[in-house]
Amino acid sequence: MIQSIVLSGVAIGSIYALIGITYNVMYSASRVFSFTAGTLGMLGGVLGSLFISRMGLPVAAGCLLALLGGAVLGIVTEIVAVRPVLRSLDQHLYVLSTLALALMVQQFTAIEWGTDARPFPRLFTIARGGFDQQYWLPMLACAIVIVGLELLYRHTLVGRAFLAIAEDTYAARALGLPERYLRIASYSLAGVIGALAGFAGGELLLAFFGNAPMLTFYGFIPVALGGMGNNRGALVAGLLLGLFQQAANFLVGGIFASVAVFTVFILVLLVRPEGLAGAAPQRRV
Amino acid sequence: MDTQAAQLRPSRAGTLGSAAALGAALPFLLLLALGIALPLFAGGYWGLIATRACIYWVLVSGLNLVVGFAGQIAIGWVALLALGAYTASVLTAGTATPELSPYLALAIAAAVGAAFGLIIGLPALRLRTFYFAITTLGFATIVNQVALAWQSVTGGGVGVAGPIFPDPFASKWGFYYFCFALAAICTWMTANIAASRFGRALTAIRDAEVAAEACGIAKPALLAAVFLFSGAVAGIAGTLFASLQSYITPDAFPLDLSILFFIAVLIGGRGSILGPLLGTILLTVLPEFAAPLVAWSTFLYAVLLLVIVLAIPGGIAEILDFKNRRPLESHRAIVPRPELLPCLLGGPRGAGVLTLEQVALSFGGVHAIDGLDLEIRPGQVHGLIGPNGSGKTTTLNVISGYYAQQSGSVRLNGVAVPVLQRHRRAHMRIARTFQTPRIVGSASVLENVMIGGSIDGAGSFAESLLCLPRHRRDEARLRETAMLALQTVGLERLAAVRADRLQHSELRFTEIARALMLRPAYLLLDEPAAGLSADEISRLGALIVAIAKAGIGVLVVEHHPDLIFDICHHITVLNLGRKLAAGTPAEIRSHREVVNAYLGG
Repeated sequence: MIQSIVLSGVAIGSIYALIGITYNVMYSASRVFSFTAGTLGMLGGVLGSLFISRMGLPVAAGCLLALLGGAVLGIVTEIVAVRPVLRSLDQHLYVLSTLALALMVQQFTAIEWGTDARPFPRLFTIARGGFDQQYWLPMLACAIVIVGLELLYRHTLVGRAFLAIAEDTYAARALGLPERYLRIASYSLAGVIGALAGFAGGELLLAFFGNAPMLTFYGFIPVALGGMGNNRGALVAGLLLGLFQQAANFLVGGIFASVAVFTVFILVLLVRPEGLAGAAPQRRV
Repeated sequence: MDTQAAQLRPSRAGTLGSAAALGAALPFLLLLALGIALPLFAGGYWGLIATRACIYWVLVSGLNLVVGFAGQIAIGWVALLALGAYTASVLTAGTATPELSPYLALAIAAAVGAAFGLIIGLPALRLRTFYFAITTLGFATIVNQVALAWQSVTGGGVGVAGPIFPDPFASKWGFYYFCFALAAICTWMTANIAASRFGRALTAIRDAEVAAEACGIAKPALLAAVFLFSGAVAGIAGTLFASLQSYITPDAFPLDLSILFFIAVLIGGRGSILGPLLGTILLTVLPEFAAPLVAWSTFLYAVLLLVIVLAIPGGIAEILDFKNRRPLESHRAIVPRPELLPCLLGGPRGAGVLTLEQVALSFGGVHAIDGLDLEIRPGQVHGLIGPNGSGKTTTLNVISGYYAQQSGSVRLNGVAVPVLQRHRRAHMRIARTFQTPRIVGSASVLENVMIGGSIDGAGSFAESLLCLPRHRRDEARLRETAMLALQTVGLERLAAVRADRLQHSELRFTEIARALMLRPAYLLLDEPAAGLSADEISRLGALIVAIAKAGIGVLVVEHHPDLIFDICHHITVLNLGRKLAAGTPAEIRSHREVVNAYLGG
């Protein structure tokens, strides 16, 4: 019992953490939160099921194509919904433009793919066991992304350029960094991470268009609680969220688990609006 | 002579105002006539659609105050519609309680809506924009899930029957008139708010929050009132919606509806009543002409949202705003009339001295101010000068409550002024202007100035909703005072112009007029001469001197030495957060260190 709560909690938590990281990667590049983060996760599952189950492609090819789809949506987000409104960040138009894009993708999926949740293929032909692939795949994906991002940010020139942009866009531009290309690169990277979350978690979440708003909401909680742009915070908060949700699910039932998660989330934010790990920003007059 | 003219002028502005008000009311009256006459020329099917448009508008009119006026991005408003619908349906169906009359259920649904409107809304006080948007979205999801799961009360996926209103509202057209009347009342009430000090305060919170605080606008109380109202009308709309549907399930409240409501506000334009009203009608009627596309409706709404955000952020209201497309005169001189000040400010104020004692504040390792003493005396102009980064604006921000000093105190007449609590400063009659003018660009110059008098109203939010006498008196008096303030700074000819069409120098004088609306005892001016021409600077100087003469203690942060030496009684020179010198202009002018460090040989 406890074992299954922990297993599914950590697995779901890994997916939430990955979506949180998707938010963070986009935020670092542009100071913008995008509603397309959850849509990317939904798309990873739907595209995986489309390529592997319906079109019969090999798992590796299907995975690559699904991630590519995520990258494309990431880039489209940057071009269509983020770049045009960056000049007037203080008006928060990005909230609306990214919401519009996310809804468009979600509705397109609902119409072309259907509104039913469809099964996601088993990626490896091994028998179901206690520690099944539906649990360890999201965990593995999350570990790979966390380690990969650390290596990227600390040991490569491109990664350091990402950090420079995140720290101070104007200074980075003054240094001659190609800010726009770096932003596009960040958004495509975020797209890949988001799609990977949905692909790795496909068996748990199924290929379902309704995952988009669900992931958009639950994926944002790790960001809000872990601190904006803080990937390690997102990981810890994501795992805690997954465990809490699964435990509440088991103890009080699914619906009231959602209510419990929502209530705790709001209460924590009201007490600490900057997140559990964040610092309050200085305001300028 | 001049005072006489000033007393005459507001009355003329008053008649002009009522003519303009009639022009503004005309579209509403047309819609009213059209709505009343609808059964004469439309079939039953269109009656149904018109009923739905009315119901949506009841909700959107409240949401408009939240989104369009206060600028809070509340996406999941369908949750309140669902709450109202379920409350009324459950109460009249009697699944959990004895069966209630539909009117009582309507009232209870409004109360439940108001309570939850407040609950969803309050996080907006603490959270950033995107966070708030996400929490409203989350709330919408939760409400739907609870409705689905709580089968014993809501009927779960099977649903529950909606309330039925008895005669004369049982027939199709009878119910239409019921909804239409409520929609008309909501239009009237929100239009009253829009034209009140509360409506202006909301737009100030949206576009110039810092200035709103400096004018003494208490954001929490105001937003709470708006969320209560908005929730209540959403609850009413929910009841009507359930009655129209005659049977409700969780599927009747998809997130798409939220998006529709939200777009209706945006397409109409922020800060307008007519725009969102037209937007709501448009969005309810449009799908009837595009039946084959019905599966794509949400997709198309999303496309519409993106197009509005990227292409016409001003919405219908801006397209309809013909008045502000007329070109302004190109050579406009600002000619202040300081002689009107006594009339504007009233009698002597007898306030004491505002003192800073050993105030210190550092950001990280940087000492922005380091043990500063300062006195602002009534009737005197105190100049604060120094190189960039010497702590001038920081000092001003400590006095007006934006920063908390780490040691030392600010005292008014010997009593310590509490740290932070920005909006309390206005009640102590401390007014200020900003280095970059903080103005509501979409409001008229007159409205911007009226924002400055927000705390002096006597009527409450509810009185403004219902346009009661106290509200009307407040408005008349604010308008009159604001006109006088504009005459004083020399901008009365631009009173009706949208503020974002003004030149930079005019915005600076607008801010001074706004500050004077407070009838301040102390006026803090942050670089008022920056960006002004030589002529304008000398007129500004005369105005500041006259303001001091009227008994106000003025603190001027400035970089123009000539202006400072001309108008100040006392000057403090800052360098790296410390007082380098203090004294009369003559003393400062001959102070060696000051000359070396700042003024130049």
